[in-house]
Amino acid sequence: MYITNKILPELPAPSNAKGLIHWLKSNLFNGVFNSFFTLLAIFLLYKILPPIINWVFIDATWVADTREQCIGEGKGACWAYIGNRFDQIMYGFYPIDERWRPNLAGIMLILLTIPLFFEKTPKKSWLGGFILIVFPFIAYSLIHGGGLFGLEVIDTGKWGGLMLTLIISLVGILFALFLGTILALGRRSTMPIVKSLCVVFIEFWRGVPLITVLFMSSVMLPLFLPEGTDFDKLARAMIGIILFQSAYVAEVVRGGLQAIPKGQYEAASAMGLSYWKSMFLIILPQAMKLVIPGLVNTFIALFKDTTLVLIIGLFDVLAIIQNVLGSDNAWLGFFTEGLVFAAFTFWIFTFSMSRYSMALERKLDTGHRN
Amino acid sequence: MTDPRHNSSELPSKPPIWNDPKYRALFFQVLLIAGLFYFIYTIIQNTLGNMEARGISTGFAFMSEKSGFDILQSLIPFNSDSTYGRTFIVGILNTLLVTGLGIVFATIWGFILGIARLSSNWLISKIATVYIEIFRNIPLLIQLFFWYFVVLKALPQVKESLSVFDSFFLSNRGLYMPSPIFEEGFMYTGIAIVISIIASFILRKWAKKRQESTGQQFPIFLSILGLLILFPLIVFLLTGSPLSWEVPKLGRFNIQGGVSVIPELFALLLGLTVYTASFIAEIVRSGIKAVNHGQTEAALSVGLKPSQNLRLVVIPQALRVIIPPLTSQYLNLFKNSSLATAIGYPDLVAVFMGTTLNQTGQAVEIIAMTMAVYLIVSLLISMFMNWYNAKMSLVER
Repeated sequence: MYITNKILPELPAPSNAKGLIHWLKSNLFNGVFNSFFTLLAIFLLYKILPPIINWVFIDATWVADTREQCIGEGKGACWAYIGNRFDQIMYGFYPIDERWRPNLAGIMLILLTIPLFFEKTPKKSWLGGFILIVFPFIAYSLIHGGGLFGLEVIDTGKWGGLMLTLIISLVGILFALFLGTILALGRRSTMPIVKSLCVVFIEFWRGVPLITVLFMSSVMLPLFLPEGTDFDKLARAMIGIILFQSAYVAEVVRGGLQAIPKGQYEAASAMGLSYWKSMFLIILPQAMKLVIPGLVNTFIALFKDTTLVLIIGLFDVLAIIQNVLGSDNAWLGFFTEGLVFAAFTFWIFTFSMSRYSMALERKLDTGHRN
Repeated sequence: MTDPRHNSSELPSKPPIWNDPKYRALFFQVLLIAGLFYFIYTIIQNTLGNMEARGISTGFAFMSEKSGFDILQSLIPFNSDSTYGRTFIVGILNTLLVTGLGIVFATIWGFILGIARLSSNWLISKIATVYIEIFRNIPLLIQLFFWYFVVLKALPQVKESLSVFDSFFLSNRGLYMPSPIFEEGFMYTGIAIVISIIASFILRKWAKKRQESTGQQFPIFLSILGLLILFPLIVFLLTGSPLSWEVPKLGRFNIQGGVSVIPELFALLLGLTVYTASFIAEIVRSGIKAVNHGQTEAALSVGLKPSQNLRLVVIPQALRVIIPPLTSQYLNLFKNSSLATAIGYPDLVAVFMGTTLNQTGQAVEIIAMTMAVYLIVSLLISMFMNWYNAKMSLVER
């Protein structure tokens, strides 16, 4: 019998169970099927990737002053075109001298938002309230002019590019958040008429495509208003987007409201709080925290949907690339580059937001999973 | 303030009428209804006034007027002499065509991608992940522009069409395929197909019953496959192969014969499939992952083969998780098909809300009709999927 009171050192793993060969064997070539698919995938990648990489990086023209420097045999993408027209892609026709105004508003928003991501920031709800309620007025006065600071008014017809895309989606989600929360509360109401009106409203907007809503708001809305009142195209599109989006927000918020245990509602009314007080002090603060990931996903969908405004003639980033730059004689024929750039821009925004929402979901998920 | 004397004389359980929740609710709802009616009344008044001022006619008389324009693709006979009412039908059919095909392709491609993402093969699963993350984060409209203006425009001219077996031609004018010509006697093959479908249903029921009563299994999949293929094939050959193909012929300037898929449909279908499949893949992946691994272990330990485990244990449970979000993807695909108008595919929005609205100017009627169609079809799709979902969840004990 062999007895020892020493702990023996661990033996290294067998040589065929580690290293590159082992990894390849167990991850790429385990079985006939997998080997076949691996080879097929490698072949396809070999066929597809090199041309793309050549076009995007190796053969691309990065710096050029004229179109002629970009075209020619064996030339790839013309990124110089994006560089030359970058201002227009960002701001549309917004006057060059006034571009500090949207820049300032953007920087303010970023600086105000950053503290929200840190857990230790004091008075977070005040900051959030400031961003949601006060900041929009500041931003409007800056970007549109007039209002608080008495700046020169820039007509919304001149707004465009990525700036317009961001404005539409941010203003859209801001108002949709308010309207959607009201609708969600209405849908959970015990009053039958309020409830059914909210259900009809929500299901109507969720059942029709955004294009029809945009058409409606741009063609039919002027008919609905008293004769003589006229407001601009952007505002009409915004109304359509807000109504459409609020229905989706309402469904997300409703999910949060349903997730709050009934005891919370009962405790609130046992404390003698009125309906609105119990909602705003007890239920909604808990529910909203639960639905942040869902709201981020709704915002991502809205952000992607803003591209549709080009169909009713607004100049968002895609419309600038397709319509304005598409007929720009100095840089004709680089539509592909423009599209790739727009796609990349959108991708950066949506991908980072979706990662953020996934991280949040993991954080908020306090382990009720089996 | 209420009168204290008055209050003390009443029972505490009976609050004054303005504090009684029942009356309050009634009051608010009456107020809401009144406000809503006033709102609708104002809108109608304004609209009528505005339309009169602009000289827009009302009513649905325009539906029977001559349209005077042509439509790129229509499933029913249509020319510029047809009525606006017919443009409505053509638009609906084109929308339904692209939705139906899109749902089929996106489902197949999405399931393949979702399973590929779960694959034990590192390379395959990474490729699927990259694909999904790229395509679901780029707006559909940009993707449609890419497929239509970049990829399809880069295809060769008709003269230099890419061809497969000299019967499929792909060029920047679209895809041309052979079209079947049914000759006399093909009817018998059709009957044979119907009979074998009915027979396979009966066979399946019988096999299930036998397995439940005796425990004996029947090779159901192979026998149904054989029944479905062999029987119609034998009938087809016995009746003298009454089917031929009209192969498209490459002419000097165009292609004649066969069926063609116009480039707009091709691009739209490609865009919708690629985009929606990336969402479906994620749904499929999370659905399969939602099935507890203990289920697989239990299935294998009672002696089921891995394929049986997948078919009888994992997939039925995963489907229950998959179907509800899948429904909303189908609805999204249907609604997204309206982006067709941006690349010129003649769907309902492009033909009816675009051209017809421009020509007649009857915005209210046309937009209401278009929205109604989308609403009704959305409701039908979700009703069907709810029914299917209910059927699937009955499996639960």
